[in-house]
Amino acid sequence: MLNYSKLMNSTVTEKIKPSGIRKFFDIASNMDGVISLGVGEPDFPTPMHIRRAGIKSLEESRTRYTSNAGLIELRKEICAFLKRKYNLDYSGERETLVTVGGSEGIDCAIRTIVAPGDEVIIPQPSFVCYEPIVRLCGGVPVILDLKAEDEFRLTPKALMSKLTPKTKMIVFPFPCNPTGAVMEKEDLESIASVLRETDVFVLSDEIYSELTYGKKHVSIASIDGMRERTVVINGFSKTYSMTGWRLGYACAPEPVISQMTKIHQFAIMSAPTTSQYAATEALRTGDRDIEQMAEEYDVRRRIMVDGFRKLGMDCFEPKGAFYAFPSIKISGLGSEEFCERLLYSQKVALVPGNAFGESGEGFIRASYCYSSEHIKEALERVGKFLKELKDGM
Amino acid sequence: MTNIKLLKLLSKNARYTVSELAVMAGMTETEVENDIKELENSGLIRGYKAVIDWESLDNAYVSALIELKVIPQDKYGFEKVAETIMKYSEVESVYLMSGAYDLCVIVKGKTFQEVAMFVAKELATIHEVTSTATHFVLRRYKELDVELVNSENDDRGTYSLC
Repeated sequence: MLNYSKLMNSTVTEKIKPSGIRKFFDIASNMDGVISLGVGEPDFPTPMHIRRAGIKSLEESRTRYTSNAGLIELRKEICAFLKRKYNLDYSGERETLVTVGGSEGIDCAIRTIVAPGDEVIIPQPSFVCYEPIVRLCGGVPVILDLKAEDEFRLTPKALMSKLTPKTKMIVFPFPCNPTGAVMEKEDLESIASVLRETDVFVLSDEIYSELTYGKKHVSIASIDGMRERTVVINGFSKTYSMTGWRLGYACAPEPVISQMTKIHQFAIMSAPTTSQYAATEALRTGDRDIEQMAEEYDVRRRIMVDGFRKLGMDCFEPKGAFYAFPSIKISGLGSEEFCERLLYSQKVALVPGNAFGESGEGFIRASYCYSSEHIKEALERVGKFLKELKDGM
Repeated sequence: MTNIKLLKLLSKNARYTVSELAVMAGMTETEVENDIKELENSGLIRGYKAVIDWESLDNAYVSALIELKVIPQDKYGFEKVAETIMKYSEVESVYLMSGAYDLCVIVKGKTFQEVAMFVAKELATIHEVTSTATHFVLRRYKELDVELVNSENDDRGTYSLC
């Protein structure tokens, strides 16, 4: 038998760790009567008219590859969307790449820009994919801890403390999974004033851009001097409840997109054709769907934050995405122990905050991609759990 | 200003409590109570009803959509006829329509026979009504935004956890 671990790429076999949480949730999903606030995908089905557009494309035999960068009409609709929503100007022909989910856009961007030895600043807690991909490229992840007292925003001071001559890129994960933090225009201006003096790229993961509550999302690429150094990542999964269609996009200046398109071309060929037709319909006529879903998330968000606070838990008000990130300090437990004991005692499944980086320790992620009734039931059980802890059971 | 947010929440579920509504709309409980009172007094909110799947009961009622062609009256147009029709307890809804006919009337009764007799005796005999066409409802799939058949299951996996 081959000695596989010796024969394969040690960066993959040793430096990239499998998700420990997944195992925990597999246990949870095999238990009876478990109520989860775990998943990070919308509970709404894809709006019917978007599904129909996919079906229609199949009926019309649109079953071939598309151009590598994606259907030109889709790329044009993407640019029109970015213009009307965030006042971003990109060319559909030269500066837009349709990818297999936002994830592939992130992968292509990092592989295009990061060379071995390059440092990439990754603010955490944040989505888990940036670090492993940077490692795969031989890059050096430089973790920047976001703090609850800053509302989990990135501050210029924290950024400057991590910048070195080797810094090649900073990941910009806002609106943020898991914290729900957003960066407002003034925050972006102050970050831009630091970055403008450098040659650092920004990888702006804006997959939750349409799910903000109160103020509209502002893209860092719309700030003076930032467009030239920014790769904007976005997609259809969260905005239109289209996770399974696997479709996203990247926009950046032509020199970057043309290189990313090379990787995409050799690795993927082209994004799924059926999904591209559905997405074109989504961008053309889906603004109302977004509005309705965002409105519903907002109601659930209020229920959840209010619920945690009533239980005596410190809960920062999330302004974007669809997660609350309350502190579990009151329990005296670590994140993982809290989640494990909560699961066994009250059968509620939550994600420990440290799954999103060490700075997430002391917090839990609760998704509000669930009905209000479901959320209320889960909160009630968390309340019972906290009472048990207090009573010393 | 009319509280559209409250109206939307109540149209989804009229049984939300005042304290639940306060949290969901980001208001105080007193504000919610006052606004609801105002919405009721001004007639914007006309009532609260349960959405019931009557077909799952044996003594389900039947209903029909009746197309009426009506000769409009001087001065009143269709108003008087519509107002006469809506007074019948058998009539659930009355709408003035564009297109091939004038009034759409939803009628309910215990049996097909009962509904048919109501149309023949009461609606068809109104002087201004020139014709009727009765379409019986055979099955309800969705009513007032609520799906009445096979609700969807949560089939999301654990792939999106992190």
